[in-house]
Amino acid sequence: MKECMVRLIYCEMLGYDASFGYIHAIKLAQQGNLLEKRVGYLAVSLFLHENHELLLLLVNTVVKDLQSTNLVEVCMALTIVSQIFPREMIPAVLPLIEDKLQHSKEIIRRKAVLALYKFHLIAPNQVQHIHIKFRKALCDRDVGVMAASLHIYFRMIKENSSGYKDLTGSFVTILKQVVGGKLPVDFNYHSVPAPWIQIQLLRILGLLGKDDQRTSELMYDVLDESLRRAELNHNVTYAILFECVHTVYSIYPKSELLEKAAKCIGKFVLSPKINLKYLGLKALTYVIQQDPTLALQHQMTIIECLDHPDPIIKRETLELLYRITNAQNITVIVQKMLEYLHQSKEEYIIVNLVGKIADILVLNTVDTYAPDNAWFIQTMNAVFSVGGDVMHPDIPNNFMRLLAEGFDDETEDQQLRLYAVQSYLTLLDVENVFYPQKFLQVMSWVLGEYYYLLDKDTPEEVLTKLYKLLMNDSVSSETKAWLIAAVTKLTSQAHSSNIVERLIQEFTISLDTCMRQHAFELKHLRENVELMKSLLPVDKSCEDMVVDASLSFLDGFVAEELSQGAAPYKPHHQRQEEKLSQEKVLNFEPYGLSFSSSGFTGRQSPAGISLGSDISGNSAETGMKETNSLKLEGIKKLWGKEGYLPKKEGKTGDETEALPVPQESIIMENVDQAVTKKDQCQVLTQSKEEKEKQLLASSLFVGLGSESTINLLGKADTVSHKFRRKPKVKETKSGETTSAHSMTCSYFSSSSNATYEDDYYLDALQDRGDKELNKFSLNSELLDSESLTELPSVEKLSNCKLSSSPSLFTDNNMEGFHPSQSTAPSVAPETSLASSLLEETSEHMHSELVEVCHNETISVSSYKIWKDDCLFIVWSVSNKSGLELKSANLEIAPAENFKLLRYEPASSSHSPACVLSLALSLSCQINKYIKSLKKKKDQPGTKKNKQNRASGLKMELKPPHGHPQADSGCRRCRHHHQEEGHDPEEPEQLRKLFIGGLSFETTDIL
Amino acid sequence: MIQAILVFNNHGKPRLVRFYQRFPEEIQQQIVRETFHLVLKRDDNICNFLEGGSLIGGSDYKLIYRHYATLYFVFCVDSSESELGILDLIQVFVETLDKCFENVCELDLIFHMDKVHYILQEVVMGGMVLETNMNEIVAQIEAQNRLEKSEVSVLGP
Repeated sequence: MKECMVRLIYCEMLGYDASFGYIHAIKLAQQGNLLEKRVGYLAVSLFLHENHELLLLLVNTVVKDLQSTNLVEVCMALTIVSQIFPREMIPAVLPLIEDKLQHSKEIIRRKAVLALYKFHLIAPNQVQHIHIKFRKALCDRDVGVMAASLHIYFRMIKENSSGYKDLTGSFVTILKQVVGGKLPVDFNYHSVPAPWIQIQLLRILGLLGKDDQRTSELMYDVLDESLRRAELNHNVTYAILFECVHTVYSIYPKSELLEKAAKCIGKFVLSPKINLKYLGLKALTYVIQQDPTLALQHQMTIIECLDHPDPIIKRETLELLYRITNAQNITVIVQKMLEYLHQSKEEYIIVNLVGKIADILVLNTVDTYAPDNAWFIQTMNAVFSVGGDVMHPDIPNNFMRLLAEGFDDETEDQQLRLYAVQSYLTLLDVENVFYPQKFLQVMSWVLGEYYYLLDKDTPEEVLTKLYKLLMNDSVSSETKAWLIAAVTKLTSQAHSSNIVERLIQEFTISLDTCMRQHAFELKHLRENVELMKSLLPVDKSCEDMVVDASLSFLDGFVAEELSQGAAPYKPHHQRQEEKLSQEKVLNFEPYGLSFSSSGFTGRQSPAGISLGSDISGNSAETGMKETNSLKLEGIKKLWGKEGYLPKKEGKTGDETEALPVPQESIIMENVDQAVTKKDQCQVLTQSKEEKEKQLLASSLFVGLGSESTINLLGKADTVSHKFRRKPKVKETKSGETTSAHSMTCSYFSSSSNATYEDDYYLDALQDRGDKELNKFSLNSELLDSESLTELPSVEKLSNCKLSSSPSLFTDNNMEGFHPSQSTAPSVAPETSLASSLLEETSEHMHSELVEVCHNETISVSSYKIWKDDCLFIVWSVSNKSGLELKSANLEIAPAENFKLLRYEPASSSHSPACVLSLALSLSCQINKYIKSLKKKKDQPGTKKNKQNRASGLKMELKPPHGHPQADSGCRRCRHHHQEEGHDPEEPEQLRKLFIGGLSFETTDIL
Repeated sequence: MIQAILVFNNHGKPRLVRFYQRFPEEIQQQIVRETFHLVLKRDDNICNFLEGGSLIGGSDYKLIYRHYATLYFVFCVDSSESELGILDLIQVFVETLDKCFENVCELDLIFHMDKVHYILQEVVMGGMVLETNMNEIVAQIEAQNRLEKSEVSVLGP
């Protein structure tokens, strides 16, 4: 029998029906010997559930076993009680189990406590009287019993924390003992004393200390202790740490502890173990509201997590970003969310994410962050088309309300609506695209309400589209109602339209009664234009309809009917009651009698009439307006004008701030790219990725607290220090500590740690630095094994003044530099053009002369010079042909950001052609020299054109129109470094192309 | 609280199913299947936590799993449990199994289902963590085994 039962359990587990054996399981538990009983109990607990009828048969057995003297039987009974027990039968066993709390065996006490906990869960009122016994259990001399009682307390404190404040002291004492290692050694797990008990205690403390300074003060010490004690050697210590951090942030804050906790979060986030990273992100999400600077510290990690292969991590990151959304980073964050949205397939995730995006966009009642109308509408479109049918119904409603209600500024509203109308029209233009029903509904509403904004004479065009949709089978009837409502609204604006005619014809014979009714309404309204105009005013969706709810206009009619002998109206419930009472009576009375008295009253009352009038009043569109407008009352206005205009400015400010930086670096990068060898590509790619991330980071984390100002400060520092970065000193001086420090601490860590925005300059250097870094690497601080091997070649190369490099770089914190792995760059151009180096070059440290591009006639090369206080970028144009070069043009656009100078070839070889004062943030001045070697050429000039765009940077170098080589000049080589090759010929080719036209698209910062 | 403990092999065959909350039979099977699919498509080198799903109790639950050779141990818990704590609890459970069976393998779970359940009962009772002290658990199990032997010897002759 026992064996059979085990097999039965197995079958049941595999999903086969074993219900025939349930009764045998109970029998076995009742009658068998100890072993069989055990199997029987097990089978019962697996087969049955709390409300199963057979379970009642077990109660007696349980009671008997609880009274048994055999420990094992008692154990089994307690186990089954804590697994499943019918609620009604609790009183039968409760006293027995209470007795067991005093049992001499720990295991029994422990199980009894848990059984009581179970009772507390399913029937809290029945165990109220034994709370005092729980306290006893908490003070039990056995650790296991105490641990079991923690479950109960956790639960009870969660429900009502104020009632248990007096226990804080005991919990703290227990935790102190546990942390101090006072427990028996066998409770240690991987030499951590009773980690699970610690976790539980920390959680309880967190609940107790929430918003309560007095109780929190009691636990500061012990929290500090456990933070200190938790040496990071095992997973489970991380678990304790995590709980600690959680608790520290839950309770009344204490700055010292917060600081320590923040450090711990850092450990989590930076951990290579993914589990810990996940928890770190979770912790960040939790604390982000209290301390946004913390996210700033870890922004690079967060950015990395955004591209993490693990979708769970990704989602957690998005959750984190969702919490830090503000006016300046909303576009980036929402874009990231949309990307993820497009990738994910699980419905749960989609619903969740769509809700969040819409929440950011629409529901944020304080102020909506959307930077501009177009973006807002487009994002909403994306949300609707992806989330569509699974999204929460509030979202489209809120969206429409927002459109209807608008902001304080009327013209702004009109623009938004106009844009919405336009975008929907274009969306509907696309053939064979299936939009979710909810999206179609929103579209039809918007088109119906606001089409007039387009200022077209007739809405013929849009009517056609709506008609097409109406004829589409895939559109649900609910959506069709929306569509036809829109048509009706448009008809009131159109004078005559055969499409409407056709539509009416089509749908007055529709099988769908709802559609048919709408069609008839439309038809009648068309016949009475006046009524239609008054019924469907243009742009009045926000105004309240005056509805005479009492239907007073029917009074005369009612009176007339009454006078003619109709029964007075009875409300619905009254009729219902009468009916019921009559039915009851009916049971006892003969049939014939009841007829005369029954149900007559209700029928002829004006109810039918008033219902009819209701229907006509509630014709779809008015009904809609009504609901729309009625709902609006008392709801706060969203999207206040003040709410987002200033932020727009902030946005542009950010861009200009961010842009000049990459510009500089990109020029250099490009220069380098043109000549770098294969193996350098890798480094470049990395650095570029880095930069992208940096940009992303900067765009994501702008406006978090006061940090942006700090960063600006940092940049300013670098300017004034001429490449000597001492942000640490500076920033501590300025009293704002957090932002940049861990960076400077992380020696030799990969450049991904170069997170902070004031390290822009560093990155710029890094990007351009393939060659230069070789020299820096002589600085012993920066050496690692890789660069050591390259050292000889570097030295060979270095015709630069090495002596100057230590003076520049010894005392600064350049650890962000990753010693370059690149080999020596090509020096070929240098040899041929060495003579063209500026005189002052020799006095200062400078880079190799690098050929940017060339053709048969001219070649352009560049190099950099570091002086004490500035960086020169020298562009030299050498003319190889015999023709005369008349002029060279360097244009840098837009003019706001740069001074624009035109440089005529002159005898002087190093007059500054233009001074770029890179606006706002750029940490250095760049003096640009153009050295054009005057030879003979009839070529009108070479134009360098640097374009600065909002989305990134573009640098073009192209010969002027009319040049013989214009053909090649028009060819644009879109050059990504990945393309750059493993093919040795490719750089050569590229260079040729560059002479014709060169365009780099760099990181989109959006 | 722990809602369910599932153990299945690499092919999704359940080896131990224990629910601490009542679900109808077919739902249980569905949960096992879906959990298996969720867990299966995750690499070994990504995190051991899974969140968000509509299986048990809506959003307030997470899956914490560990993969040992041929078996997945999945704990479905609600938000009141610590992730890493549960992760180590799985470790404790598996180590205990290992001690009781001496090099536990999938076959042990199949042929000694009842024993596995008894061990589990000592670790988790009614969805609550009862005992995490490995020695204590093993002691309990051994006491029960002794009892079994004595009974057999009593009944045997």
